Amino acid sequence: MSTATTQKRGFGAVLWDYLTTVDHKKVGILYLIGGGFFFLLGGLEALIIRIQLITPENDFISAGLYNEMITMHGTTMIFLAATPLLFGLMNYVMPLQIGARDVAFPFLNSLGFWLFFSGGILLNLSWFTGAPDAGWTNYAPLSLQSPGHGVDFYVMGLQLSGAGTLMSGINFLVTIVTMRAPGMTYMRMPLFTWTTFVTSILTLFAFPALTVGLFLMMFDRMFGTAFFDVALGGNSVIWQHLFWIFGHPEVYILILPAFGIFSEIIPTFAKKRLFGYTAMVFATFMIAFLGFMVWAHHMFTVGLGPVANSIFAIATMAIAVPTGIKIFNWLLTLWGGSITINSAMLWTLAFIPSFTIGGMTGVMLGSAVADYQYHDTYFVVAHFHYVIVGGVVFAILAAMHYWWPKMFGRILHEGLGKLAFWTFFIGFHLTFFIQHFLGLMGMPRRYWVFLENQGLDTGNLISTIGAFFMTFGIIVFLINIVYTAMKGEKAPADPWDARTLEWSIASPPAHYNFKQMPLVRGLDPLWIEKSEGNGKITPAEPLDEIHMPNSSILPLIMTIGFFIASYGFIYQVDHKAWLIAVYGGMAIAIGSMLIRSLKDDHGHHITKEELEREAD
Amino acid sequence: MSQDHSLNPETMPQDPSKATMEGKHKHLGLWIFLGGETVLFACLFGTYLALRNSTAGGPSSQDLFGLELVFLMTILLLTSSLTSVYAIYHMKNNDFKKMQLWFGITALLGIAFLAFEIYEFAHYIHDYGFTFRSSAFGSAFYALVGFHGGHVAFGLGWLITLMVRNAKRGLSLYNAPKYNTFGLYWHFIDVVWVFIFTVVYLMGMVS
Repeated sequence: MSTATTQKRGFGAVLWDYLTTVDHKKVGILYLIGGGFFFLLGGLEALIIRIQLITPENDFISAGLYNEMITMHGTTMIFLAATPLLFGLMNYVMPLQIGARDVAFPFLNSLGFWLFFSGGILLNLSWFTGAPDAGWTNYAPLSLQSPGHGVDFYVMGLQLSGAGTLMSGINFLVTIVTMRAPGMTYMRMPLFTWTTFVTSILTLFAFPALTVGLFLMMFDRMFGTAFFDVALGGNSVIWQHLFWIFGHPEVYILILPAFGIFSEIIPTFAKKRLFGYTAMVFATFMIAFLGFMVWAHHMFTVGLGPVANSIFAIATMAIAVPTGIKIFNWLLTLWGGSITINSAMLWTLAFIPSFTIGGMTGVMLGSAVADYQYHDTYFVVAHFHYVIVGGVVFAILAAMHYWWPKMFGRILHEGLGKLAFWTFFIGFHLTFFIQHFLGLMGMPRRYWVFLENQGLDTGNLISTIGAFFMTFGIIVFLINIVYTAMKGEKAPADPWDARTLEWSIASPPAHYNFKQMPLVRGLDPLWIEKSEGNGKITPAEPLDEIHMPNSSILPLIMTIGFFIASYGFIYQVDHKAWLIAVYGGMAIAIGSMLIRSLKDDHGHHITKEELEREAD
Repeated sequence: MSQDHSLNPETMPQDPSKATMEGKHKHLGLWIFLGGETVLFACLFGTYLALRNSTAGGPSSQDLFGLELVFLMTILLLTSSLTSVYAIYHMKNNDFKKMQLWFGITALLGIAFLAFEIYEFAHYIHDYGFTFRSSAFGSAFYALVGFHGGHVAFGLGWLITLMVRNAKRGLSLYNAPKYNTFGLYWHFIDVVWVFIFTVVYLMGMVS
């Protein structure tokens, strides 16, 4: 099944192929499509927020709808856009970088995607009946008082997508530990693989806290328990703790893969080995470790007391050290390099100062005393958009340009790429830089309107204009995708003269990735072979038959079961007849688990003859 | 396919659960999964510790708990962990019948544990009116102990499915990893119970 025959099949066959696929590359592409779709939704919500705030006391949308808009923007961007886009890239690229033919649990991989996607769909279906409106942090008791089913959709939607993300994390960990190609020792792994590994550790230990928090919220809202209900002895701060024990590592789940992406792009386009590789790996672990120690810096104003606040403040500022190590290592990789500036590199170079600004405001916010002034103002909004847009979104767009040829066999158009970059980059700073000052002047976040003549008018206008620039940039990027799909330049296996294993195989790769397992002889294995004049990787084994997993529709059916059950849980509060949906959905889900367990699935083999028939 | 020679070799390797790539993946994957489960239960324990004195005028832990029942449950679950060790020991020696026997005993002990737990909950609800909704302490108690009970119930379903499915076809390199992962999971359930016994019941009796 070469790519040529794949393209000739009908739409139905392709659709069925994607619905049942367990191929990490196709699952990765599904993640990118799903995450991209939610990214556009979240962007639209952001634009509506900015239009509402373009003038003082605007009434473009109602106060209630505004609350729904900010809640859904935050929730969508974090859980349904940034995380899955990065998980899509990890899914596609990481196995190729370590010389593996798939992930350790291909079935689970597909299930993880469908759970994430159905969670996102469930959450967004709430728009038809009233979306969640208690902020993306969903603090109790506000979330308990929120009428209607909005918050219930939040709880069930995130529970589904969170379970999917956790599965992927476990999967990546096992894959990296057990499936590295011969010679691919830990300290020869590309930085993107390293950050995937560390991110997966964070996912593993952070997401269960969210799971518990969401369960408690679900029980309180749907079954009348008293976890956060002060009247019955409950404690609403528990939600804040559980949410941020998850929530703070989550921002490192987002930024570490971004760091990994830049650590791939910079050496490739500077034509230099990554400066301080060992320190980079160490810094990644430091950030991950400290990332678990700082959750209460989101809660400085709750009243935890001076001792707790001091400890968390110091731990927070300590993160600046490993992050600084990374920034300097990137700069020193660029130093004296033979630098090519293209779209991927532009996003990368723009990331360094933009993210550093976000990092510095982070240290400012980390000072517990000063935080009493900054807390819940636009200063915080400016800070986290500088790190998440300036870090994560820039990384995703850089990665798109960098790995697009590998994924789709065509190179994204450079001119359009640069246009998208410059408009988005200018728009980004227009939108968010001014928000630091709006916040310092006292503009609170999450407020529907602001008053005239309080020094906030011009700043908000500029910010909204910036948002339109960013929108334009994203539209250009979308046009670029369509243009490239139709007329884009065909990509060779190694269009960037790059260094890592994924560039040693065809673009896009065959579904078994590597015909023969590659032999890795050091860091940047492809570069080593090229500099020694071999040009391609030495195989580590003779050509032999390849064992591959079978496709399965069960992950999708299982997910549909959970989806129906979630809907039932939300509405059984109104009418007990909805319990039928709960039981029916669970029966479908558990039934498909049973089928999976009872029916043997040994996978299939690609014979030696088939492999020999396919040209390199 | 189940008679595939590569999965039913003439001489089974010493530890069939980890002889295949699939088995190694499952072994490591379950260990990692248990890392996540640890955080899950840690969060539930934290919530319980924060709320255990918030009885809202309802029954407190001293009013409710009786150590005799909990002692019996602890013995049952700890013993079931021991019997699962015997089962895995026989699996490693490729003695399918003895493995099934010991896993059968494990399942019976687990069922007995679960029955006592259901009795315990029913006792609290009927005799004390102590429910999931009566106080924050009630919510936290049933959430923590109930999550553990749910894990036991899921584990029993898993084990019984495995035993019935493979009853007639013996041990192979395909199903050995499945038994092995169940064994790991079951030990974890047991360890969590040790903490519940200490934190919930023993500490609940003294404070």
